[in-house]
Amino acid sequence: MDQLTVPTAASAALRPHDAANLVEVDDLKVHFPIRAGIFKTVRGTVKAVDGVTFEVKRGETLGLVGESGCGKSTIGRAMIRLREPTDGTVRFDGVDLTSLNTGALRKMRRRMQIIFQDPYGSLDPRMTVGSIVSEPIETHHLASGAAKKERVAELLRLVGLDPKYVSRYPHEFSGGQRQRIGVARALAVEPEFIVCDEPISALDVSIQAQVLNLLTDLRSRLGLTYLFVAHDLSVVKHISDRVAVMYLGKVVEIGPPDQLYSAPGHPYSRALLSAVPVPDPVSERKRRRVILKGDVPSPVNPPPGCRFHTRCWLYERLGKPENCRTIDPPLEVLEGSHRAACHYAAEARKTDVGIAHLDTASVRRGTPDSALALLKAGKALEVTEAAVAAAAPAADTGAPV
Amino acid sequence: MAIEEAGTGVEAPTIVEVSPEDARRVNAERSIERKADRLLQVRGLSTHFYTPDGVVQAVDDVSFEVDYGETLGLVGESGCGKSVTALSVARLVPNPPGRIVAGEILFDGINLLKLSDDDMRKLRGKEIGFIFQDPLTSLNPTLTIGYQIAETIREHMGLPRKAALDRVVELLAKVGIPRPRERLNDYPFHFSGGMRQRVMIAIALSCDPKLILADEPTTALDVTIQAQILELIQTLSDEFHTAVLMITHDLGIAAGMCDRVNVMYAGRIVETGTVDELFEEPKMPYSWGLLDSLPRIDDVRGARLRTIEGMPPLLITPPDACRFSARCSYARDVCRTDEPELTARGGSGHLARCWGTEPGGWIS
Repeated sequence: MDQLTVPTAASAALRPHDAANLVEVDDLKVHFPIRAGIFKTVRGTVKAVDGVTFEVKRGETLGLVGESGCGKSTIGRAMIRLREPTDGTVRFDGVDLTSLNTGALRKMRRRMQIIFQDPYGSLDPRMTVGSIVSEPIETHHLASGAAKKERVAELLRLVGLDPKYVSRYPHEFSGGQRQRIGVARALAVEPEFIVCDEPISALDVSIQAQVLNLLTDLRSRLGLTYLFVAHDLSVVKHISDRVAVMYLGKVVEIGPPDQLYSAPGHPYSRALLSAVPVPDPVSERKRRRVILKGDVPSPVNPPPGCRFHTRCWLYERLGKPENCRTIDPPLEVLEGSHRAACHYAAEARKTDVGIAHLDTASVRRGTPDSALALLKAGKALEVTEAAVAAAAPAADTGAPV
Repeated sequence: MAIEEAGTGVEAPTIVEVSPEDARRVNAERSIERKADRLLQVRGLSTHFYTPDGVVQAVDDVSFEVDYGETLGLVGESGCGKSVTALSVARLVPNPPGRIVAGEILFDGINLLKLSDDDMRKLRGKEIGFIFQDPLTSLNPTLTIGYQIAETIREHMGLPRKAALDRVVELLAKVGIPRPRERLNDYPFHFSGGMRQRVMIAIALSCDPKLILADEPTTALDVTIQAQILELIQTLSDEFHTAVLMITHDLGIAAGMCDRVNVMYAGRIVETGTVDELFEEPKMPYSWGLLDSLPRIDDVRGARLRTIEGMPPLLITPPDACRFSARCSYARDVCRTDEPELTARGGSGHLARCWGTEPGGWIS
């Protein structure tokens, strides 16, 4: 074990473990050294994650949103120790992961898995579906022989793939089906906690919905806990019980989606919400985008004080108060479990910036009521034998494309 | 709510709030030189790809029009033919394996498919500008951005080097790049993704084109940068009175940016109408499915998404049937034996390709 994984002074002041929390992250930092020159001397540090504290409760889905480079994926990986934290602790079921040796860590890994973004890059093209899904079963000695085969078939059925395709290769499947294979692989060891790292961003709209529904179903059937990392605020709102918004290596706001999306306390959350396109021309006409000046500052040299103040609309509007430039605001409670890291969260919540166009009361969907009524009455489909025959092979039940 | 003065969306005050409607109103009375009835008329366009596996009918008998100054959206999922349609309009379909096998493309009164390669080259970049998805691969990494923008201007407008560079500086300022004169000698890798897309927009606008083909211009960008770029495309296309063919898979972008929208599925246009017609009263089960399967930011959370089961058909041997019928919850025998035409639904330009929602159909 190298020097980085030795528990640091920070762990002395840990909050007590709460049995309701499956994962507890305290003051987590992940820094990457920048090396240059022929001697590869360290010239600086990318502070990808820079002091983050939160917890994931048993059975909940915590959504982690933010723009590229904000550190959200790094957190996901550090939480299952695919990345070594520079500082701080990650406790899984009360056990500090950073203190575990390789053997103990491997045993622990059986309880936590990850689903990756890219369904093309994350499956070995030389392995069959069967061997991809059975590999973790073998690694953890969970089953062998006929029992293993039966387990693989069961996993494939669970994610909506036909078990008869076990000997096919990943390239024979579409993106959505490959993502199902990735889900089956993660489920193979019966984990409790799954990090979903942008699991649907590479998929088409209609396939995204299929995979989202699958993840929701599996969570309730198997009692899973998710960390759902994504950049899409709509998707995160849909699937999460709580949402954390990240900016430049810090969590700037966290809370239940209904509160966070209807009364956000951080000016950055409001800017994000105002930027999300809404598939409704009426809302779109009402929408006032908060255009953030410039690009995200470099995580090598983040701004002092509040990291967002260089681009903050509220800071400008309040006449550039000094504490934004000098004091890094901690996460403070707004109401209940809704917390934001802004000195002027109360001011932000007095405005309707970013959310004025969002009306949860009257969301227009696609299918008209009359057609839904037809479906309900079972009169939409004319069920003839020809219809059944025509419909069967097309369903996404695992037929490779 | 009192909010600061709306800016141009370019030189940035911290909060710029411009609604699409405000921006459009400004340009209502701008006059334009019309050489034809419509800026772009595409009739019966079919583009096929000749692959070892067979002929892929990527675009099959597609017809649509874009008016002067109008923004038309082309939406659909990957493989539906929306990008190939745009490439066909620009005559940039890679040949082999692709070929435009039928149809007519009238641009400002000129039949593009009858132009010589030379004349087409003169038109591209001058009359038709391009903004592609990935600004890193569409810019040449070995040339300075000043050179790359000036190249288009010198080629098409015949300006001398010095005057061309002045125009470049003016354009870079217009697309919101700070200190443009100092950035002329920078290379694409010096710029962030959003900034590179601004450079692409500067190139697209450099010769005052009448039409911009924007193929997923913000898909590679973060949501706040996407908002900046969409704002910029909207403001500038209004200012220059440029028509935009906006290709996107994001229905939200279509709702916010477009005047009219075409929904494409499996190489065909399956529904077309104004944004309001399309989002308020869609008339095709595929459009319903697309809208239903989106998780929405303005929705209460938790409701199960209605999905479209299955996958689009292969375009090698498309069935002689409604191409959506195999995935449609409303399909009847007629849908599996005959393909419906695009026919009118109430509104003047609202068309849909569906037996069920036709007058007298079984879905009212």
